[in-house]
Amino acid sequence: MFIINCPYCGARDQTEFSCHGEAHIARPEETEKLTDEQWGDYIFFRQNPKGLHYERWVHSHGCRRWFNALRNTVTDEIFATYKVGEARPVLPEQNAGEAPS
Amino acid sequence: MSQKCRLDSGGLIDRSKKLHFTFDGRPYTGYAGDTLASAMLANGVRLLGRSFKYHRPRGLIAAGSEEPNALVQLEKGAYTEPNTRATCIELYDGLVATSQNRWPSLDFDVGAVNSAVSRFLPAGFYYKTFMWPASMWMTYEKFIRKAAGLGVSPTESDPDNYHSCYAHCDVLIVGGGPAGLAAALTAAVPGARVTLLDEQPQLGGSTLGVEVNEEFQRWKEQTIAALTDNPDVTLLTRTTATGYFDYNYITALEKVTDHLGPGNGGDKPRQRFWKIRAKQVVIAAGAIERPLVFADNDRPGVMLANAVDTYINRYGVLPGRDIVVFTNNNSAYDTALNAAQHGATVTVVDTRSEVAGTLTDQLSARNIRLFKGHAVSSVQGSKGVASVRVMELSADGKSLQGQAWQIDCSIVANSGGWTPSVHLFSQSGGKLNYDQSIEAFVPDMTRAKVINPNISAGACNGVFDTGGCLAEGMKAGMSASAACDYVASEITLPSVEVDGMSDIAAIWLVPTVHPVGEGPAKHFHDFQNDVTAADIHLAAREGYVSVEHLKRYTTTGMATDQGKTSNLNALAIMAEIRGAQIPEVGTTTFRPPFTPLTFGAVGGQESGELFIQERKTAMHASHVANGAIFEDVGDWKRPWYFPQGGEDMHAAVQRETLAVRQSVGMLDASTLGKIDIQGEDAAEFLEMIYTNNWKKLAVGSCRYGLMLNEHGMIFDDGVTTRLADDHFHMTTTTGGAARVMNWLEEWLQTEWPHMNVFCTSVTEQWAVAAINGPQARALMESVSDIDVSADAFPFMTMRTGTVCGIPARVYRISFTGEIAYEINVPARYGKQLWDKLTEAGEAFDLCQYGTEAMHVLRAEKGFIIVGQDTDGTVTPADMDMDWIVSKTKKDFLGKRSFMRSDTRRDGRPQLVGLLTEDPQEVLPEGAHIVGELRDAPPMPTIGHVTSSYMSPNVGRSIALAVLQDGLNKKGETVKLRLMDGKVIEAVVADPVFFDEKGERVRG
Amino acid sequence: MKAYSLFSLVRNSMSYHRNWQRAWRSPDPKKHYDVVIIGGGGHGLATAYYLATQCGISNVAVLEKGWLGGGNTGRNTTIVRSNYLLDASAGMYEHAVKLWEGLSQELNYNVMFSQRGLLHLAHSVHDMQEIGRRGNAIYLNGIDSEFLTPEQVKEMLPIINLDCRYPVMGGLLQRRGGTARHDAVAWGYARGADAAGVDIIQNCEVTGVRVEHNKVVGVDTSRGYIGAGKVGSVAAGHSSVIAEMAGFKLPLECYPLQALVSEPIKPIIDCVVMSNGIHVYVSQSDKGELVVGSGSDAYNSYSQRGSFDLIEHTVGPLCELFPIFSRLRMLRQWAGIVDVTIDRSPILSKTPVENLYFNCGWGTGGFKATPGSGHAFAHSIAAGEMNSIAAPFSIDRFNSGALIDEGAAAAVAH
Repeated sequence: MFIINCPYCGARDQTEFSCHGEAHIARPEETEKLTDEQWGDYIFFRQNPKGLHYERWVHSHGCRRWFNALRNTVTDEIFATYKVGEARPVLPEQNAGEAPS
Repeated sequence: MSQKCRLDSGGLIDRSKKLHFTFDGRPYTGYAGDTLASAMLANGVRLLGRSFKYHRPRGLIAAGSEEPNALVQLEKGAYTEPNTRATCIELYDGLVATSQNRWPSLDFDVGAVNSAVSRFLPAGFYYKTFMWPASMWMTYEKFIRKAAGLGVSPTESDPDNYHSCYAHCDVLIVGGGPAGLAAALTAAVPGARVTLLDEQPQLGGSTLGVEVNEEFQRWKEQTIAALTDNPDVTLLTRTTATGYFDYNYITALEKVTDHLGPGNGGDKPRQRFWKIRAKQVVIAAGAIERPLVFADNDRPGVMLANAVDTYINRYGVLPGRDIVVFTNNNSAYDTALNAAQHGATVTVVDTRSEVAGTLTDQLSARNIRLFKGHAVSSVQGSKGVASVRVMELSADGKSLQGQAWQIDCSIVANSGGWTPSVHLFSQSGGKLNYDQSIEAFVPDMTRAKVINPNISAGACNGVFDTGGCLAEGMKAGMSASAACDYVASEITLPSVEVDGMSDIAAIWLVPTVHPVGEGPAKHFHDFQNDVTAADIHLAAREGYVSVEHLKRYTTTGMATDQGKTSNLNALAIMAEIRGAQIPEVGTTTFRPPFTPLTFGAVGGQESGELFIQERKTAMHASHVANGAIFEDVGDWKRPWYFPQGGEDMHAAVQRETLAVRQSVGMLDASTLGKIDIQGEDAAEFLEMIYTNNWKKLAVGSCRYGLMLNEHGMIFDDGVTTRLADDHFHMTTTTGGAARVMNWLEEWLQTEWPHMNVFCTSVTEQWAVAAINGPQARALMESVSDIDVSADAFPFMTMRTGTVCGIPARVYRISFTGEIAYEINVPARYGKQLWDKLTEAGEAFDLCQYGTEAMHVLRAEKGFIIVGQDTDGTVTPADMDMDWIVSKTKKDFLGKRSFMRSDTRRDGRPQLVGLLTEDPQEVLPEGAHIVGELRDAPPMPTIGHVTSSYMSPNVGRSIALAVLQDGLNKKGETVKLRLMDGKVIEAVVADPVFFDEKGERVRG
Repeated sequence: MKAYSLFSLVRNSMSYHRNWQRAWRSPDPKKHYDVVIIGGGGHGLATAYYLATQCGISNVAVLEKGWLGGGNTGRNTTIVRSNYLLDASAGMYEHAVKLWEGLSQELNYNVMFSQRGLLHLAHSVHDMQEIGRRGNAIYLNGIDSEFLTPEQVKEMLPIINLDCRYPVMGGLLQRRGGTARHDAVAWGYARGADAAGVDIIQNCEVTGVRVEHNKVVGVDTSRGYIGAGKVGSVAAGHSSVIAEMAGFKLPLECYPLQALVSEPIKPIIDCVVMSNGIHVYVSQSDKGELVVGSGSDAYNSYSQRGSFDLIEHTVGPLCELFPIFSRLRMLRQWAGIVDVTIDRSPILSKTPVENLYFNCGWGTGGFKATPGSGHAFAHSIAAGEMNSIAAPFSIDRFNSGALIDEGAAAAVAH
């Protein structure tokens, strides 16, 4: 039972929120030009990392705003929550080479 | 019956309050303050139950919640409760308890035959047999099931109610013993909000059962008083912390009125379930004494040493006059001295050959005989200990030697050391270390889970003496309150002498004269599940060596006590067999709950009336008055049909369906999802959400739209109306309303935040009466100031005005193919609108109709219902709805998926109509069309019926179906094969059965 | 392998059970195997067993990072059924049920497959339409399937509250469905595979997948490099991690799936009850515990911990459908990690890397498929091509769109 820091409302109980999977997957432009593989990759394939995960949450029983979080999927530690459109945070211990685009 | 084992004085019981109770129908008495266990013991009853597998006679082992044996069926009838630990039942007057898992009686149990044949029933025997013949397994199993289980379930609904609540605090303290009390006081003094839980009815923890000095007693009383008076402190007794979840979320069960007896709780709940969020947690949960594993150590009368102490000190019960104390550490010496002081004849058998300090002198002073370096080699007496034999241990502790001393006794008080209660720490995700000095696992607080800040203090941290517990508690209270930004300082603690509990010399398996498992005796470590040391040997021999395999193969630790007294012994015995260190075998995973948790307390508030709230429309009361039969649609109660006179459903639906097409009908359409969409980019937004075009839709006009997910599959539909350039009113399916709202928000917020669009759910704000039928316009004319002439208010437009004097938005849209007006009024006028229309409608033969007639009417027109005629696997093309998919738009959600090979392949299932050969034959919904009719399954199927009705307007049965390549099969005859063998033939038809040209709706 | 029997049990009891063999050996890994199976759960062990006993490939290793059967094999609610709507699913799960029906005898290990019947309840017109469609589909696929009226439901389950929040309108019964003893399945396959020559190597974690010229050649492990002609990954919740080692992504996400049991009581429920309308999934084990399936938390996790609110939302409905359970007690709750695909159907597939095969994505329904999955996967690995039962579950379906979406098709959880 997490405590999640909604960027708009502050810390709230997990039961107020729902999670919607990996964040920072932009819907491709000009979808008609994509191959089936590229389109399949966009709708079905996910990182599913054992470790740090950038993910989308919505404060469904609160302000109803969507936002992103950085959470460790093994320890469930939430390192950051941030608004949609904000740059994704990078932890000091994350390898700079892995810094996400 | 007299309480023959009750001492003349002493204990925390109220001897002025005599309580009557029965066990297996026999009457007994006890006192207020007793548990069922202490009262039974006071009455000299040692035999309280039968074990799970061998049906061995069993008695009390412990005095607390770790008790594995003494499980009873508490109370009768609706209040009955199986598997209740006698040690946790506070005695009340009139209590009725019954023994379990025996037949015909506890004293004479036929099941005990299992004990006689136990050599054929080693761990896992059932994996090796009951396989022949294969067909007999279910028969064998019937007997196995009957033999298994413990108590019996109630067969009536629970008459009690439960309460659950949330709480927040700075510091949560689990355990009200010396460490917990010291922590609470230390944290509370500087102002921290403290919650303290303890499973006992009184605070004090272990000191309720063990005497400490007077200074401590005074301090305890003052501390409890100070905490009680502090408004920032919540003290919860009879409350067990059951689970430790992430971000310091602790669940706890408070037994509010259980101790008053059934039906005596007044307006209070039986139990209350707490969900507590704490900034810091101090775990002061104490420790549990371990039994020694020796031959026939399960005989009634073999008890934990500490339990004997507790029964003497707390309950004033001396369990037996002749007591053998059997130990491998110092703590049981207190028991010996205490028992002797209360008049028992005591003999101490210590497996250690050296005993340090003054203990031996203290024994001598009381004339207690001490066997050093000896062990109990056997226990005599089947339904109760009669005597023990004592022999000298070899130097390595693996065998016995010399003369066997027989000692008559009724109680064997044994101690194999103490196991810190690390359950909560472990549940919190913390890791354990093995501490050889106490031969047990302790929390490694440097390896606590970051998100669950907690501190273990006192016995659960491996510190067993009261002075040490107090000091640790204080320290924990300081750290925890400091972590919550309070300036904490030391408090004054009472001085207590060091108890010296430790000095343990482990002996995990006490030998007997036979090799383990080869004599008549059994060495139990898990009493309730009847698991013995021999079973561990067998598991090791067969390769089930890891702790998880050991547990699962032998079932050790899987009983209702979850291995509280047995886990470490099992691990250690396995480690010895493997020649490994105990941590190498593994630590067991401690799973919540700590003690079994009443289902009613966890979920009782979410069942019955509060399970899922019924949603009712503004017109609901009118529907009830009009005799509607309701259908559950999502959480909504919708009128299904309105029977008149003695009509059955079929007659009512036929009448309603006809009336709509002959005069006018009225449907409560309030449950349809409604979303108000505003903003300058609203049209742009809808272009992406729907498959068709929206930019050019005129203000005041309505349009039907289909929504797809990104897989290209239909997921909702509805009519959306343009109220202004930048303002739309969207409708959705009843069941899809919330899903669509979330869908819109998701795209707006995450993908297109640049769009200036705002969505507001207005489902509950508007009540909707839909009037349909040739007389709908006339009815509207009679009640509305809107010009409803065909030219002024054409099909698929919206007008505002008043209806029955109520301000309304009226949408001329139709789900029946008739002239129709969907009258939307603010919800608070809904009932008034309905009632006035009903009244005004009399002149036009208005008929109220329900969802079933609605379904028939729309099916006559071939209108699909998303979720009935579609599932999540159909595209617009599959529904023959290509007309609604824009060919010109560059993009919309799901569009790209049409290009995938499977989505554009030929022969996909497609929507068609079906007309049975026999017009009176109504196809069952779900019936399948076979590709090839065979005598018996399997046979290939090529489609199925999605909707099927008797249509009074068409004058025959009609059906919608999805059929592979159906659009190319119109006119063909197909066969449907039912489960009863019946074959029905039907012709594939167009799905529009009535008014094919659609003239009526525009009239 | 010395056979288990009543006779062997009696004979061994005469020698105080001193002479039982190890159920499986504990060998050191060899340098090279024809096939390496990653993952010692039920599916992996079954794959190895069928490779060795039916496909003539016994130079096989099963690498398990912990203890065999320690993952979802030992964490599920032990339900076995094949009452699926879609042909591909019916093919797989019915294949499994048929193998289940003789499994105890085949393995000479009692897996206690108990066909006590599995009853799906319908609580709305929509549910009735759903079971109507599914019941017919199951029947025409040659699988047993019966509709029950509410009265028949009550007869089968006298303790049910038919008039619950969404009154019971009917039921769909598969009499051949039921439960099995989950641990025994892993142990039985392990013992059988071991006897057929398979090396089961526990505490051996795969740390890398070696690929040369787009062909798998072996795996790095915590016990050194092990060469392999072919590699089958059956790593359930850790499949994404293995795929990443081999350089590709899978359409999988991992979630915690929770379950709980009550204290043991005397027999009170004789069949398996599943209600999607009320959200109750319950059966009673031979030991007497009510085994209750909860749900999966909707966030990615490898922590084997779920959120407690799911347990509350499981127990509430349980008390709604069976009000007499209110005074019973929850003994234990736990979570497993389930790997779920977008269509909630599994993946049995070749991969972008030659000779590397994946069997994963079983989501919440893997246990029941264990024999069928292992059997189909073994034969497919041996042939180098997915067989007819496995073929629809190819990873290619996520590009072609040929999903096997039972949930979407039935609009229910499955």
